[in-house]
Amino acid sequence: MRAFLFYLFSILVGGLFFIFARWLGNDYLFFAGYTVLQFIVLATAWNILGGYCGYVNFGSAAFFAVGAYSSVALHKLGANVDRYFPESLAGLAKAILPLNIPTLIIIGGIMSGLVGLGTGYLTLRLRGAFFAIATLALAVVLQTLIVNWDFVGGSRGAYIIRPADVPIIGSYIQYLFLIMLVLSVIALATARIIEQSRLGYGFATIRDDEIAAEACGVPTLRLKLIATTISGALMGMAGAPFPYYIGYLEPSSAFGLAYAVNSIAMPMIGGTTSWVGPLVGALLLGTLQQVATVTISSAVNLLIVGLLLVGFVIVAPKGIIGLVQDFMRERASDQGQPTWRSRLAIFANMRPGAR
Amino acid sequence: MAEPLLHVDNLGKRFGGFVALDGINLSVQPGERVGLIGPNGSGKSTLVNCMCGTLHNETGSVRFDGHIVDGLAANQRTHRGMARSFQLPRPFHTLSVTENLRIPLLFTAHSRSGRHLTREEAESRCHELAGLVGLAAKASKLPRDLTQVEMRKLELARAMAADPKLLIADEAMAGLSQSEVTDIVDLLIKLNERGVTIILIEHIMRAVMSFSQRLVVLVSGKKIADGVPDQVVNTREVIGAYLGE
Amino acid sequence: MSVELLINAIIAGLLLGGFYAAVTVGVSISFGILDIVNIAHPAFIILGSYIAYIVNQTFGVDPILTAILVLPAFYALGAAVYQVYYTSFEKRGQDALRGLAFFFGLLFVTEVMLILVFGVDYRYVQAAYIEYTWHIGFMDLPFRMVIPCVMSLLMVGLLQLYLSRTFTGRAIMAVSQDQLALQLMAADPIKIKRIAFAISIATASVAGALLIIIQPVEPSVGREYIGRVFAICVLGGLQSLPGTVIAAMLLGIVESITATFYGPSWAPAVSFSFLLLTLAFRPAGLLGR
Repeated sequence: MRAFLFYLFSILVGGLFFIFARWLGNDYLFFAGYTVLQFIVLATAWNILGGYCGYVNFGSAAFFAVGAYSSVALHKLGANVDRYFPESLAGLAKAILPLNIPTLIIIGGIMSGLVGLGTGYLTLRLRGAFFAIATLALAVVLQTLIVNWDFVGGSRGAYIIRPADVPIIGSYIQYLFLIMLVLSVIALATARIIEQSRLGYGFATIRDDEIAAEACGVPTLRLKLIATTISGALMGMAGAPFPYYIGYLEPSSAFGLAYAVNSIAMPMIGGTTSWVGPLVGALLLGTLQQVATVTISSAVNLLIVGLLLVGFVIVAPKGIIGLVQDFMRERASDQGQPTWRSRLAIFANMRPGAR
Repeated sequence: MAEPLLHVDNLGKRFGGFVALDGINLSVQPGERVGLIGPNGSGKSTLVNCMCGTLHNETGSVRFDGHIVDGLAANQRTHRGMARSFQLPRPFHTLSVTENLRIPLLFTAHSRSGRHLTREEAESRCHELAGLVGLAAKASKLPRDLTQVEMRKLELARAMAADPKLLIADEAMAGLSQSEVTDIVDLLIKLNERGVTIILIEHIMRAVMSFSQRLVVLVSGKKIADGVPDQVVNTREVIGAYLGE
Repeated sequence: MSVELLINAIIAGLLLGGFYAAVTVGVSISFGILDIVNIAHPAFIILGSYIAYIVNQTFGVDPILTAILVLPAFYALGAAVYQVYYTSFEKRGQDALRGLAFFFGLLFVTEVMLILVFGVDYRYVQAAYIEYTWHIGFMDLPFRMVIPCVMSLLMVGLLQLYLSRTFTGRAIMAVSQDQLALQLMAADPIKIKRIAFAISIATASVAGALLIIIQPVEPSVGREYIGRVFAICVLGGLQSLPGTVIAAMLLGIVESITATFYGPSWAPAVSFSFLLLTLAFRPAGLLGR
């Protein structure tokens, strides 16, 4: 029953926003909304490995970029079928390519998932600190590879031309917005399902005490690999539509620092213990940044994010939902009866100490 | 003689230049109650860590239930039927007492029995385990709300939750009152009567003597005695190790 | 492939590696000895570079001299950062996640603030010896690399002496191994750790000055060094300073040869690939532990 409510609620909210934005007639809201939704996916994905398992990933940009560049590579293949395919396959290729966005998302997800699996396999046997450093390394190595790969444009970048006909809706950006909305719901649903499953318990033990977890029979390496793969795959899925959104993709924007810091800051500020945290963090910080970029400058808004991250990590380590949880726990213990607050907390799985 | 449940063969472990364990030989028969004693720093916990896979031994081997387990990770050994409590309690600090107990149930016990426990079965088993060690009242508390003693009881209960063939209890009774010690000893003896082999590592001599069928003494990484408790405590080397010569 | 080119590449690599040792020694202390993953270390280095730049621009003072003058300030900064880190994380027994996020935040904030103040243009310093190159036969030894290499090795050597001969130095080495024993010796482990961390940040001041002598600097240069620093640190065996120097030179040579024969755009990948490979196959370092 609770799951049904969750999906209904998220579809309603998303749908309402969509209708509102269309009514306004201004495409800007769709552009801004797309970015915020993208961050919801990235933050949620990061949190599956970072918040649930306690393994910090500094290379979110790498996984995002793998998704983005898969799309670019496939787009290039599609645009130049005769150059890259032998006669016999050209016909088949022309029929399949160019691929539609949902397919690209799945492929991007698979590619990034594999990268996650590979990185994990190389480094997850070591301590969490080494894994974190390895993810930093990964981002730079991948960026260097892409910069030197002329097929996808190298450092010059690649232009992506949007297809002329738009499925379902009239405007292309609205189509992308809807896709990202669905992707956000999928990401949040994945996080929520993990949280309530045996997998979620396993992740929590890895975060709390990996050695004790092993002693209890938890297959920590396998679970960590699962987490890295899911997390990477979701990030790649968020990246796959990006070239179509932005029109021109070059490495410094795909691998931008904004992705690394935001995918860490949003869950840590929102709260890492449940799926609600990254959502809250992404909505708040994402909107804040959209406003700041327009009013101040993009460098300053990144500075604000960085300062907020440091501030929250020191002062409020449990994030916003942690603060709310403490507030609710105090209030609930006053009366001992279920109030609308405690019911809301239960709905969002924020009941302390129980699942 | 029947095949031992656990057979440690010439086990050696060093930390840099420091020799923690030197050629340890130990055999434990199924259903035995073995006590393991020794001064602080003699290597008891290191031995447990090597047996259970938390640490890797450089020399020697460990056979459990008829198979060499040296290459296996700790969680795989737990799946085979080894369970241990930690000398310094390591609870999962974001999970409640019952949730802590649920982890071995979810990840080990059901796989060993071959069937998944339903939610209700798991819940009741967790409560049962909590009650056995006297933590029933604190079932939904987090570890930070427990006293040191209660955390040790949780450690022991969590090891029991894995439904092991061999349970290694590492100083589970430190800080307990007289009656609590008796309760835990009784609990362990009952567990043993149900077929669980137990190695008890303790400093509380009363508990060790009343519990053990066999006593092993470790000093400075070497085994210096292994036999009937009453005889072992009266040998010269053992007395010397504790009182100094 | 000319031999002379190869030999010059190796020489450049050795000199570069010597410099890399200065950059890494701070992390050898904070990560190798104190077990604090200070990924913000390169940010402090870049800060040192910019301070050297400003003083050089305004007063014409030699960067290395500036660094030495500014050492106490960096030491104090390091002590302050450690204090915040300790009270917020280590004391509370927080999971490593938050400590990492903290340092990442510091790295990020420093970089963005430098961008805001100085912009993204490359900055460089002027000094008498920078243009000069020492020619021995076909071998080229540019002074802008020789001086930093020499200063770096000097600094690492002094640190090694300090850590092995003085009481505080040995206490620092001990604190990583046995806190209890240290307490019994009536030394406060927290104070010792704070001193150690402060020293590690102080080295960043010198490393920063050396950096801006070798190459022009802009705010994002710090991030390139994260991989190098940790690659060298892990390869060198974490706690060992001599190991760090050897690993640094090795990396310097590999990078130099790659840049000479395959082009500089591949250079960042070298150190990071080094790191990934080391972590995957030999995490205990070259000299093993």
